[in-house]
Amino acid sequence: MADFYDSAYAPMPIVGEFQDLWRYRSLLTLLVVNSLKTRYKRSFFGLAWTLFNPLIQMAVLAIAFSSIFRGALIRYPVYVLAGLICWNFFVQATTHSMNTLVWGSGLLKRIYMPRTIFVFVAVGNGLINLCLAMVPLLLIMLAMGHPLYAAWWFVPVAVFLLALFASGVALLVSILAVFFGDTVDIYQALVQALFFITPVMYPKDILPQRYAWFLELNPVHRLLELFRSPIYLGRLPDDAAILTAAAWAFGAFLLGWWAFTRKVDELAYRI
Amino acid sequence: MNSPTGSSPRQDPVIRLEDVSVVYRIPKERIISFKEYAIRWLKGQIAFDEFKALDGVSLDIQPGEVFGIIGPNGAGKSTLLKVLARVLRPSGGRVRVRGRVAPLLELGAGFDMELTGRENVFINGAILGQRREDIASRFDGLVDFAGLRSFIDMPLRTYSTGMVARLGFSVATDILPEVLVVDEVLSVGDAAFQKKAAARVAQFRDAGATIVLVAHDLDAVCRMCHRAAWLSGGRVKAVGPAKEVVHEYQRTVA
Repeated sequence: MADFYDSAYAPMPIVGEFQDLWRYRSLLTLLVVNSLKTRYKRSFFGLAWTLFNPLIQMAVLAIAFSSIFRGALIRYPVYVLAGLICWNFFVQATTHSMNTLVWGSGLLKRIYMPRTIFVFVAVGNGLINLCLAMVPLLLIMLAMGHPLYAAWWFVPVAVFLLALFASGVALLVSILAVFFGDTVDIYQALVQALFFITPVMYPKDILPQRYAWFLELNPVHRLLELFRSPIYLGRLPDDAAILTAAAWAFGAFLLGWWAFTRKVDELAYRI
Repeated sequence: MNSPTGSSPRQDPVIRLEDVSVVYRIPKERIISFKEYAIRWLKGQIAFDEFKALDGVSLDIQPGEVFGIIGPNGAGKSTLLKVLARVLRPSGGRVRVRGRVAPLLELGAGFDMELTGRENVFINGAILGQRREDIASRFDGLVDFAGLRSFIDMPLRTYSTGMVARLGFSVATDILPEVLVVDEVLSVGDAAFQKKAAARVAQFRDAGATIVLVAHDLDAVCRMCHRAAWLSGGRVKAVGPAKEVVHEYQRTVA
């Protein structure tokens, strides 16, 4: 019976949260759609901003760095735009989820709903932006004569793994943000630093050899390459690289899920 | 199988609380930085205050009952409602609720001011666990009840407070829930709407819904409720016919 609640038989949050997220999937869709609507509601160009934003960022970086990386990277705008699409998705999904959880706190105190829903609203919103950002990417590729490789089939897999990883990080930082007020600031500083030590806008070979180990360990770099290689180079990363990236994605998701659901019952009075 | 059977004639209680306790575990001082937390954690100095918001509460609430909860501030009234609504998991004891629990949300909770009334109706309905098709089929009646037909496609930020409250009340009470949980929100809106709201609560009662309400207005409790419970310090001081419990409570306050 769907409408029978017995606290003695309520499943552990780590399982129950999954079931409830599925039961509330129409709410999830609705909240994702609405988060897209509200974001640009008052602006003249509306949703088109999702297309302009990465283009503007890309243009600035291309003007600034094209000449420096000309030797290393042909058609630099394609390289940097593909990288930025991934990076922006990761940052937006994780920071946005901290904010939506706070937005939802008024509701969480009064009515039951799966508490992870706010994290997945942020990730879903990011995924739609990512898909929209593929349009300017394709346009730039066509304009610059960059070939459309067969390896593109792998892009959805890469996006899935990236989304899984981002969800894990988002769950972790969101629950931390509830309990520790300075999480938001620390996270922003960390992300800022990570941007410069991740080869988003520069070729990875320019990092000194003695930091190569760090690149190996950097999960964002791993997942980003999974996305960018098929588009930019036309080939998949080797199997080991794919497996490592997948391990990061699943590992982060499980860790985030575990941490979030472990504390989920305290949310209603700690938010 | 899972369709609500609102007026089931069985006399099992709709809500049964057995020895329910809720403990809030809150750090003694509000530690909000990692550094502090880490230092204290290493020293083993993180002390938690265990605050018992509910302590061994047992209650049975019958189908169709209007049940009032009274008591001073901090007695655990709202916590009790949260336990019923599944927002809080009891730390001890057992809670059983048959049927859908719908809270009457406070002003604007769950509303997005940038979106139109129409869009907000659908979000709020989904938050209350209703299906999209159900909301769509009842949409017109709901808007008419709120009296907002000509404003429904305008952003909510252009509404007055009372209009927002009316919309919220209409959504929350549009589909008959088995259990309606009311936390002092019957005092919103103008006199005409209050009358409408009271009428709808009565309509729910007549249709067999169970209503649990928290109120500071003791007269209203006497008037509307069959039975009441008096909470104090997380414990039940008295349960019984609403008038008797209210009188007993008034004697200690006076």
